[in-house]
Amino acid sequence: MSDFHNPDSDLDRFRFRLGIAALLVLLAFGVLIGRFVWLQVVQHDFYRTRAEDNRIALIPIVPNRGVITDRNGVILARNYSAFTLEITPSQTGSLEETIDALAELIDIQPKDRKRFKRLLDEAKNFESIPIRTRLSDAEVAIFAAQRYRFPGVEVKARLFRQYPLGAIGAHAIGYIGRITDRDLKWIEESEQQANYKGTDHIGKTGLEQHYEFELHGETGYEEVEIDSGGRALRSLKRIPPVSGNNLQLTLDARLQEITEQAFGDRKGSLVAIDPNTGGILALVSTPTYDPNLFVDGITPDNWKELNEHPSKPMVNRAINGAYPPGSTFKPFMALAALEMGKRTPNQAISDPGYFNFGNHQFRDDKKGGHGSVDMYKSIVHSCDTYYYMLANDMGIDNIAKFMGSLGLGQRTGVDLGKDDSGESKGVLPSQEWKKQRFKKPEQQKWYAGETISIGIGQGYNAYTPIQLAQATAVVANNGVMFRPHLVNQIVDAKTGEKRPVEPQPIRDLKLKPQNVDVIRRAMVGVNKEGTGTRAFAGAPYETAGKTGTAQVYSLKGADYKASAIKKELRDHALFIAYAPADKPKIALAVLVENGGFGAQSAAPIARMVLDYYLLGKLPAGAAREDDAAVEDDNEE
Amino acid sequence: MIDVVGTFKRGARELIAHIDFPLLLITLAIMAVGLATVNSATIDSSHRMLSQAGNMGIALVIMWFVSRLPPQKLMSFAIPLYVLGLLLLVAVFLFGIKVNGAKRWLSLGFTRIQPSEIMKIAMPLMLAWYFHKYEATLRARHFIVAALLLAVPFGLIAKQPDLGTALLVGGAGFFVIFLAGLPWKVIVGLIAAAGAAAPLLWGMMHDYQRKRILTLIDPTTDPLGAGYHIIQATIAIGSGGPFGKGYLNGTQTHLEFIPEKHTDFIFAVYSEEWGLLGNGLLVFLYTLLIGRGMMIAAAAPTKFSRLLAGAITLGFFTYAFINMGMVSGILPVVGVPLPFMSYGGTALVTLFTGIGILMSIHTHRMLVKK
Repeated sequence: MSDFHNPDSDLDRFRFRLGIAALLVLLAFGVLIGRFVWLQVVQHDFYRTRAEDNRIALIPIVPNRGVITDRNGVILARNYSAFTLEITPSQTGSLEETIDALAELIDIQPKDRKRFKRLLDEAKNFESIPIRTRLSDAEVAIFAAQRYRFPGVEVKARLFRQYPLGAIGAHAIGYIGRITDRDLKWIEESEQQANYKGTDHIGKTGLEQHYEFELHGETGYEEVEIDSGGRALRSLKRIPPVSGNNLQLTLDARLQEITEQAFGDRKGSLVAIDPNTGGILALVSTPTYDPNLFVDGITPDNWKELNEHPSKPMVNRAINGAYPPGSTFKPFMALAALEMGKRTPNQAISDPGYFNFGNHQFRDDKKGGHGSVDMYKSIVHSCDTYYYMLANDMGIDNIAKFMGSLGLGQRTGVDLGKDDSGESKGVLPSQEWKKQRFKKPEQQKWYAGETISIGIGQGYNAYTPIQLAQATAVVANNGVMFRPHLVNQIVDAKTGEKRPVEPQPIRDLKLKPQNVDVIRRAMVGVNKEGTGTRAFAGAPYETAGKTGTAQVYSLKGADYKASAIKKELRDHALFIAYAPADKPKIALAVLVENGGFGAQSAAPIARMVLDYYLLGKLPAGAAREDDAAVEDDNEE
Repeated sequence: MIDVVGTFKRGARELIAHIDFPLLLITLAIMAVGLATVNSATIDSSHRMLSQAGNMGIALVIMWFVSRLPPQKLMSFAIPLYVLGLLLLVAVFLFGIKVNGAKRWLSLGFTRIQPSEIMKIAMPLMLAWYFHKYEATLRARHFIVAALLLAVPFGLIAKQPDLGTALLVGGAGFFVIFLAGLPWKVIVGLIAAAGAAAPLLWGMMHDYQRKRILTLIDPTTDPLGAGYHIIQATIAIGSGGPFGKGYLNGTQTHLEFIPEKHTDFIFAVYSEEWGLLGNGLLVFLYTLLIGRGMMIAAAAPTKFSRLLAGAITLGFFTYAFINMGMVSGILPVVGVPLPFMSYGGTALVTLFTGIGILMSIHTHRMLVKK
């Protein structure tokens, strides 16, 4: 600050300062321009994308799930479109009040409210949640007139999965349910996340799960321009969804139904296979359940009842139940002996009614024995002593080797469930198996005495019904083995192109035809003059079969009296068969839990199945086909 | 009846005698751009273009009126206007109406006014008068008094809280003090002190002000809250690219992603539709405006007029820079409109009062010098 005021220097200083300010202005504007260049040139692509993302919402369009039909085109799983009343909670005030007000217009049951609450807990962000499904036309009209009163409530058309035959074939078809965290993981592992946007159901079991990614289809998208409030303004582009592929099964729904009826209220399983292809004709597990219960989210009461019922309807006995095969094991033992040269067909033993091994006596079920027994007679009359001796002669590892080649004790790889982990392996006993099965060294050793009862299908032996059916089919088909499968072909929904699932055999055991023939003749004998005679009396076709009875309860030498034993401890009844014997079209295994003798309860079911499949003959009391036809009320 | 044409000519000449045409043309050009942008910003909803044109007409009349007042007259308004502004600010502090959590308005029964707006003119006017009065005997204490004259209204406005207006008022006052010759060592000292006081200032700030600064540093921390404005405006500018999306074609604008799009954030609308090219043009027009203002200040004959002209001109710069800086994400979001572009009558009236003052200073300079 100068002491003297000098106007000229004052003006100069002012102008100098103004000049500095001008430089600052230019500098600041330069910074701004730099910022604009950065945003609008360097980062332009990034921000353009951001603006597009802002502007455009992709709304997924869920594809129609593929339809499942049986070998004759009978629909087993389909979709129907129905109106649902849905609430978007984020757009509604009090949910309780809204639902109460809706209930005055439209019938809303406590179960609807319960389901809504459950779905509300599971719901993602701003989904609309159904409060009522399957609205009638009248209900839709009533609501439409009052719509203005209910912001955030709307009528939507949704596709629902439906299993028209209900409980019939449920264990084969499976069901779909709402996607859970576990399913999400599966979707991620399969890299299908993008395709499942908007999908809220997924196959949970059976074919629905195994063929999930065939059935689902490709999700379509609609590109919609939205404003900042998320309101859709106009559609920019629509990529239509591609419907899921349809499954055409090898299963015969009518056969399935008749078989299930034949079981009545007995627990058990039947698997029938076309030996020439491996295609499964019927896959029965009783009791069964109604898969429709699961589609909308099963109610806790229903779930509890199904899950806790002592007869375990949710268990698929055909692939998860492992049972000792009993005497149905004998034809396979005999075949093994022939193939390995341990017996000739005519080689006969003298059966005293027991077989002594060490200090233990293995008894035949016929007191005094069958006398002189050759291979034919051993099968026809189910002579135990013959097989005690044979097993002893063969040794456990030879037995295991041959039975393993028939597929026993191994997962068949049937097309059910997510992967084959849903199928039980059963137990194919061998020295190696025992070593792995037990921990203590003294338990790990195989004792020769344990081999004896293996020969008659007891002991550690345990196989699933589908394994027995497959082994029977392999023998019927002269050693050519197919993977059992339920889907004949996958039909592309758009092109109609058909893709067979299992056209090729997986293995040829190269069995000697004369050996197979010996077994065939013996099994034909079973149904003509042996244990299956009564069940197959008067059959106009020739069948090969074998009865079996598997002990659930060890009697320790006492006589078996069914009436004296609790039902759960009674023997399982088994029967294997194929027909026609000379040119087999069907091979099957039947198991009736606690059914007693195979000849009594299992063989008649096999007879019914064969009568229907080969002759089209309905069992007495079965519903006529047209009565059982599918109701088509909701078909679009 | 003699020389009717001559009389009209003389009358017309008298009408435009105090208009500075370079300044008028520059502001008209910016306003034309602004009007078109207001139209784009409000075409989907409120249609504000005609209303803004009306505001502009009123503001131009006020400019014309102010430009005719000689600087001596302006000087005589300095104290009354400043005192009035100060009293009203105190009244706001005591009886103001709270809108959106800020006490900025004073109700007059029939209408309500925002007294801080008066201060935008009153502050530089007062300080210019003050330095002019003590021109010959300028001492350090005069700078201290000037600082107090600046600090009290600044504090009252910042307290409302209205950081944007406080900055504009404080800026205008500071420019006067700076141009009046605030010693460099004081300036350096102030900058150092400001640096040291920043943490203290941080402690005094309102939560929303802190949030604005934090979201400026990283807008993504609050993408749906405070960061939303910045993010959406930045997207609008960036997606505009070198040449823009074309007039009325800005998706960020027309799909309502830009907040306050016809007022404080109008620059995002403009920038999205006209791109870097348009931004360059606009910055160029502001540079011309400021350049013309500085020419007027440099040529002004008295201390009062040159300080006032300089401060008003640099005030325009503050407006433009803070607004474009905040919309493009390099400055925190404070409520500062873009001069001559943003919708709103009050701001326009204040701005054109400033233009009018510049014109008055320029067209009266010969009269003063004699």
